Amino acid sequence: MEYLLSPSLLPPSVSVLAEAATPGDFAAARTQMAFSLGWHIIIASFGVAMPAITLFMEWRGHRTGDVHYRLLARRWARAMGVLFAVGAVSGTILSFEMGLLWPGLMGTYGEAIGLPFTLEGFAFFIEAIFLGIYLYGWDRLSPRVHLLSGVPVLIAGIAGTFCVVSANAWMNQPKGFDLVDGKVVGVDPWGAMFNRATGPQSVHMMVAAFMVTGFCIASVYAIGMLRGRNDRYHRLGFLVPFTFAAVMAPVQVGVGDWAAHYVADYQPVKLAAMEGLYRTEKGAPLHVGGVAIDGELRYAIEIPNALSLLAHWNPNAEIAGLNTVPADQRPPVNIVHWSFQLMVGAGFAMLAVAAAFGFAWWRRRRGWLTNRWFLRAAALCGPAAVLALEAGWTTTETGRQPWVVYGVLRTHDAVNTAPGLRAGLVVILVVYTLLTVATAYVLRRLARDKPVPAAPQESDVETFPVP
Amino acid sequence: MTAADLLLGVLFLALTSYALFGGADFGAGFWDLFAGRARTGSPQRRLIEHAIGPVWEANHVWLIFTIVLLWTGFPTVFAGVAATMYIPLTAAALGIIGRGAGFAFRKTSATLARQRLFGAGFAFSSLVTPFFFGAVAGGIASGRVPPWTAGRGAVLTSWWNPTSVATGALAVGGCAYLAAVFLTFDAQREAPALVPTFRRRALWAGAGVGVLAAAGLLTVRADAGGLADRLWRPLPASLIALSAVAGLASIALLALGRYVAVRLTGAIAVAAVLWGWAAAQYPYLLPPRAGYSGYSGSAGSVLQDVAATPAVMRATLWAVLVGVAILTPSLWWLYRLFQTPVRPSSATDADGER
Repeated sequence: MEYLLSPSLLPPSVSVLAEAATPGDFAAARTQMAFSLGWHIIIASFGVAMPAITLFMEWRGHRTGDVHYRLLARRWARAMGVLFAVGAVSGTILSFEMGLLWPGLMGTYGEAIGLPFTLEGFAFFIEAIFLGIYLYGWDRLSPRVHLLSGVPVLIAGIAGTFCVVSANAWMNQPKGFDLVDGKVVGVDPWGAMFNRATGPQSVHMMVAAFMVTGFCIASVYAIGMLRGRNDRYHRLGFLVPFTFAAVMAPVQVGVGDWAAHYVADYQPVKLAAMEGLYRTEKGAPLHVGGVAIDGELRYAIEIPNALSLLAHWNPNAEIAGLNTVPADQRPPVNIVHWSFQLMVGAGFAMLAVAAAFGFAWWRRRRGWLTNRWFLRAAALCGPAAVLALEAGWTTTETGRQPWVVYGVLRTHDAVNTAPGLRAGLVVILVVYTLLTVATAYVLRRLARDKPVPAAPQESDVETFPVP
Repeated sequence: MTAADLLLGVLFLALTSYALFGGADFGAGFWDLFAGRARTGSPQRRLIEHAIGPVWEANHVWLIFTIVLLWTGFPTVFAGVAATMYIPLTAAALGIIGRGAGFAFRKTSATLARQRLFGAGFAFSSLVTPFFFGAVAGGIASGRVPPWTAGRGAVLTSWWNPTSVATGALAVGGCAYLAAVFLTFDAQREAPALVPTFRRRALWAGAGVGVLAAAGLLTVRADAGGLADRLWRPLPASLIALSAVAGLASIALLALGRYVAVRLTGAIAVAAVLWGWAAAQYPYLLPPRAGYSGYSGSAGSVLQDVAATPAVMRATLWAVLVGVAILTPSLWWLYRLFQTPVRPSSATDADGER
């Protein structure tokens, strides 16, 4: 600080305390963060849930001796290796971007959210090590030990998700520190990590990860069955992941309700934006559809008292509207409202397919499984789950705006003031496009290879593409 | 020794691990670039693939640790570096994507044209990424990065200046040197015909890095006098001497064909440079441009002023301790497993699923 007191020593460009990013650069930084996080969140979901589904297949293979289980487990393990490598890269980019784009957040609050990220670093390392053992160990370990070597991958994945989401939860519920003259003091890292939002947010995310992974893998095999490959290999490849996801679909409704109650209690402005509720009301209605124009939600279908009932279990409860905060502290209503609607809509559509599946299973109507309409609906569940994931994430992130740390730090005050953020966005978009194409190409190649039933110890000495 | 000192030490251990292991992976890409045409270079490329295939991701985690520990323990330093070094760090991040993706996709590509394309991406990004990291280090050491609380430094000259160019080149050279040393040993086990090639490269790279280091010292003297003075204090000077001795010993060991011992001396030669830099700067994390003298005590970038709350330091150190206790046996198992041959019962149907 001292050398700032004698500015004559320095070129004028160095004293930039009051400098601000241009609106274009600010928008570019937000777009870049949204894009790279939105990309990573899909890959990371597979990293969390795919080990569980793959291990289940391997375990069934050992129990039943059915070679199809093992072939599928092996196939998925390879895809898991590719996705893990790609996720490792996109995750690293995010840790760079935290500082490159938002030095104002990290410089002031880095220590408050540092602990969960440190723990996540270890979880990720353990995941990488045991994934390496699992992928390279098929022929070096006994079947039992090999199966067990996958368990730490699963545990570390779940622990890592919890840690990362807890840091995001802290941005919604900044706790565990004091502000004195704009300086952060007395940080309690555990208090920051276990804030009010951590519980509902992390469970909501983990269940979503299982739905995305299960429905997406099932999609691939549902399409295969629609194309006439109706053998046991494809049926199992469809049934097991679909069951995982279908079980999670009703669970997610309950967890989502928990998350909504949290938002209603502790982030009322976000709830108001999600529902397009401009004025504080008792017995507030639920809005379905509608567009926010000039400070009111138009053309929406109103379900009387439903919002109050859902948010507080009381049809006459008071719900705070957007009018409780000045206009410059309100999130963009249309984005938040519509992404929330999309998430809920996609969620219930998936629930309906899952319910049909459950009914077929209960009434032993196996014919449903090969029914083309059911398979089409099941194939659509994959994209629907990804849509719900992205929409839900958009809801919570955009609903927190204009704050990056709710009520404490505005996003605009956290952005890097360096010029040229727009150029960075263009480069990142190009690179991620190439990365997407290459990933899709490799995964397609893995899927195209014909499965060959082999002896119990099919080998894979030829190394995997990764790690 | 305070908790901040301890965390700084852990951070530098992570950085050293990244420089040694991740650096060797980058260096392997450097040699991949110069392995020659597709046909003649193919044995070398296969050796390189074999050497870094199973480990590059794990080696990469050290970088994540370095970044996370920096923002946890010294948030304003992290924010200052990130804000000022926006361009080289973005470039390094892109290089990391290009290297990882290029390497992984080359292995799964079937046609030569695709292998060439992905291979070129892998090799080129292996070359530029260490340069940018080195340039960032040079910019920090020569006092061109103010802490976040004091605003942002110059966007371009903070990393495009004599010291940064020198340290960037030194980083590229050091990576290539480490990789050549490690690959000589790997060649002995996997492809003995390649031993002379990589030994020759290791010798040349060793000599080249020596020249780059000497040139770097002269550059620093001319460009950043404050840093140059600090480098000749007893501790940093002895670390630099250690690096020089280890470098010379490596050349002798290579000439004698002692490829295991040279892995150690080669690593020491590189690590000692990093710790020499750390010792020269200590206790300044971001030294002021105008020189070190006269800034003791109240300067904003001294260790104790930029360290996070003690509770954070303690929690982080405990997390590191528990994490290491879990990691060590896991890593040991991973490395031991790769030394274990494939179980013979399965060797018969090695083409089971391809």
